[in-house]
Amino acid sequence: MNTSLHHDAGAQAQDARPLIETRAVTKDYPGVRALDGVDFELRPGEVHVLFGENGAGKSTLISILAGANQPSSGTIKVRGEDTHLGSVHEARELGISAVFQEFSLIPQMTVAENLFLGAEHARYGLLDKKRLRREAETILDELGFHIAPDQTVDHLTRAEQQMVEIAKAFRDELSVLILDEPTASLTNHETDQLFKLIGELTARGVGIVYITHRMAEIRRIGDRITVLRDGHYIDTVDANTTSEDELVRLMTGRMVGAIFPQISFKPGEEVLRVEGLTTPDDAVRDVSLNVRAGEIVGFAGLVGSGKSETMQACFGARPASAGQVTYKGEAINGASPGANIRRGFLYLPADRRTEGLMMMRSVRENMSLAALDAKQVRNGPFLSRAGEVAMVSELADRLNLSPNRVERAVDHFSGGNQQKAMLARSLTRDFDLIVFDEPTVGVDVGTRASIYEFIAGLAGQGVAVVLISSDLPEILHMSNRAYVFYRGAVQAELPASELTEENVLSHFFEREAA
Amino acid sequence: MADDAATTTTTAPRRSASDMLKRLFVRLGILPFLLVIAVVVFTLMSDNFLTGRNLMNVLRQSVYLMIVSLGQMLALLTGGFDLSVGTILAISSVVGAMTMASVYAMAPDMVWLAILLGCLGGITAGTMIGVVNGIGVAFFNVSPFMMSLGMASVGFGIALYLTGGVPVYGMPVAFGDVFGFGTMFGIPAPVWVAVGLVAALYVFLYQTPYGRYFYAVGGNLKAASLSGINTKGTLFFTYVLCAAFAAIAGMLLTARLDTGEANIGASMPLESIAACVIAGVSLRGGVGRLENVVLGALFIGLVQNGMNLARIESYLQTVVLGALLILAVIADQIRLRYVASLKD
Repeated sequence: MNTSLHHDAGAQAQDARPLIETRAVTKDYPGVRALDGVDFELRPGEVHVLFGENGAGKSTLISILAGANQPSSGTIKVRGEDTHLGSVHEARELGISAVFQEFSLIPQMTVAENLFLGAEHARYGLLDKKRLRREAETILDELGFHIAPDQTVDHLTRAEQQMVEIAKAFRDELSVLILDEPTASLTNHETDQLFKLIGELTARGVGIVYITHRMAEIRRIGDRITVLRDGHYIDTVDANTTSEDELVRLMTGRMVGAIFPQISFKPGEEVLRVEGLTTPDDAVRDVSLNVRAGEIVGFAGLVGSGKSETMQACFGARPASAGQVTYKGEAINGASPGANIRRGFLYLPADRRTEGLMMMRSVRENMSLAALDAKQVRNGPFLSRAGEVAMVSELADRLNLSPNRVERAVDHFSGGNQQKAMLARSLTRDFDLIVFDEPTVGVDVGTRASIYEFIAGLAGQGVAVVLISSDLPEILHMSNRAYVFYRGAVQAELPASELTEENVLSHFFEREAA
Repeated sequence: MADDAATTTTTAPRRSASDMLKRLFVRLGILPFLLVIAVVVFTLMSDNFLTGRNLMNVLRQSVYLMIVSLGQMLALLTGGFDLSVGTILAISSVVGAMTMASVYAMAPDMVWLAILLGCLGGITAGTMIGVVNGIGVAFFNVSPFMMSLGMASVGFGIALYLTGGVPVYGMPVAFGDVFGFGTMFGIPAPVWVAVGLVAALYVFLYQTPYGRYFYAVGGNLKAASLSGINTKGTLFFTYVLCAAFAAIAGMLLTARLDTGEANIGASMPLESIAACVIAGVSLRGGVGRLENVVLGALFIGLVQNGMNLARIESYLQTVVLGALLILAVIADQIRLRYVASLKD
């Protein structure tokens, strides 16, 4: 899995003039200093990773580099010259392009139309569609993307959309490419393709600013790492010689031992049994498995392998066409999420923004959402506000919600704290089976460690836990048993003794389920 | 030297005053400011405005809009809206009046039976529009815009068909005397009804879990569903409740007019949405407070009353109302920007 594309590129770029640098850049928002005197430089042909917790200032820094935001003070130099980047458009003309997490594509338009959005070729004031299409094809070919220019964007996969977004950067001569967690929604194969492209770009002398939370990616493509914390510049280190613990120390400012807790499992009786589960859309095909009390069962597999869909179907959030789901000896086929929650079975979704949280409502209302019919917050037919406040503030203390303001809208918290507000639901009543779907996506390392501890604690109390994750180390370190999914079916069940990276990976692609 | 000291002492409190104003704006929204401005302006324009009698008038006249706005708020909270509230007023008025008149004609000595059956019939008929709205929105995923717009046409057509476009007469005099013009402790009967409905809805929305469901469904439908909330049931119930409120308003207005009419309520959809939006109810769903909506309806009543006293032409009045609605939406956008900077 290791490529070494970056080594020679990094070496030859050693003494070149920086493509872009910032000196003592500060950015103030009302009441907050998002960046405080940050120095940063990007050399030709390097992949420079920006690293830090959520809210450390990475996004602010790249938005300044991309011209989307202007610093309150400090200077930006492009190829050694003081430059004012007044807009994204100005930055583009200097060859600086950014691909943000949120795509700026118009779903109803074609790939070619999107590529030239805002810079359409016109003849006599009319669109020159032929030229548009031809040039789009040239760009896509050059990048080796197999996407038809006439395809409308909403028919593309997320990875393909990402490629269109990247291709957009190539409309003009490119010298700096900024990528904000580009692999968050890509499959391994698509990630490989992206990394290959990054290798080709750096070989051509393009500098890449890369934001990621994933250690494996830093090892694979990073040349240097700049660490930010609370808007301050902390250090710039070599990506190949700096240990993971050292990075975590730089990022959090404190010594962190292992991210993963030590867990001793005492599996009890069977809580969930699934036999031959199939969904009408074939996202899940003939899946059989079981989960016991007090254990953490990992569900591994690629995006779309059916690992999430299986538990959604068990939970009643997705229809099933065949199969038997038994929870504590009781058949729960076709039961609604509400009925399952009352039985003690909770599913916490992967995408907190679209499926998990009411962004403009308070933390209090978000935490208690799944427990509104529980005794604790009820007073006969009425809601017990006192009971609710007591429950929520206790949970906020326990999970170290920061800042500890439960009446503030969830939208105004960092990603890690939003995640805490959602995960807290698993403690609002006595659940016997909790499914965590990608519990640490877009969460910084510090919060991740506390989430792992939290999940381990639940298993220690005898709760049956299902951990669905695309992050392999998470599965390997957290679970005592794992199912590997492939194309909607269970490809393998791996007991603790066989739970190794090679074993799990070998089932990711291998042979069609027989 | 002395000057310097004086300017610094005056600028410091001024800055904190503007900061206070900003915080107040973020907390309360645009409505309290508009109310103060409206009261000041109309008091200056007319001597009769700021009198106890006139203010009681305003209250009595705003009651119908207020009750409709209560229902409209529920629809807005869940991320939709109801354009058929005007039609619901008309249908309940027509069916209620016809039922009442025919029962009264058959049994002239059982006045209260006629009134009871008439009200029941009118409110049931109006609520049925909401039932259809609810089925369409909750179970067939029709957008609230299309559903309620379609039902507005259907309902209005039925109301006209039933009456042939002519007002319905023949209701017992007691109905209008009690529910239209009656007073208790000097306060008009419709106001008492509104107070009762507001109190009941307040308890339902903020003291029971079911009220939270409306906010949850509008806040994030998917999250609400995964948290075990019956989202379809909540949506269905939203439109039924909304229609029931509008139907009650329809019966009260019928009592005031002493006739059943198919043409009442035409301005209700716009005015009720305006009352809610001015009160800070988000068009995206999930945000809004009942007490503000009550104030919002009162504000619109106040403005209409003030403009009447100031002899502003009724055509121009609709211009003012539309402008106020747009102003409120703009103010809400500015407020959201401030919220992001202040955070709490």
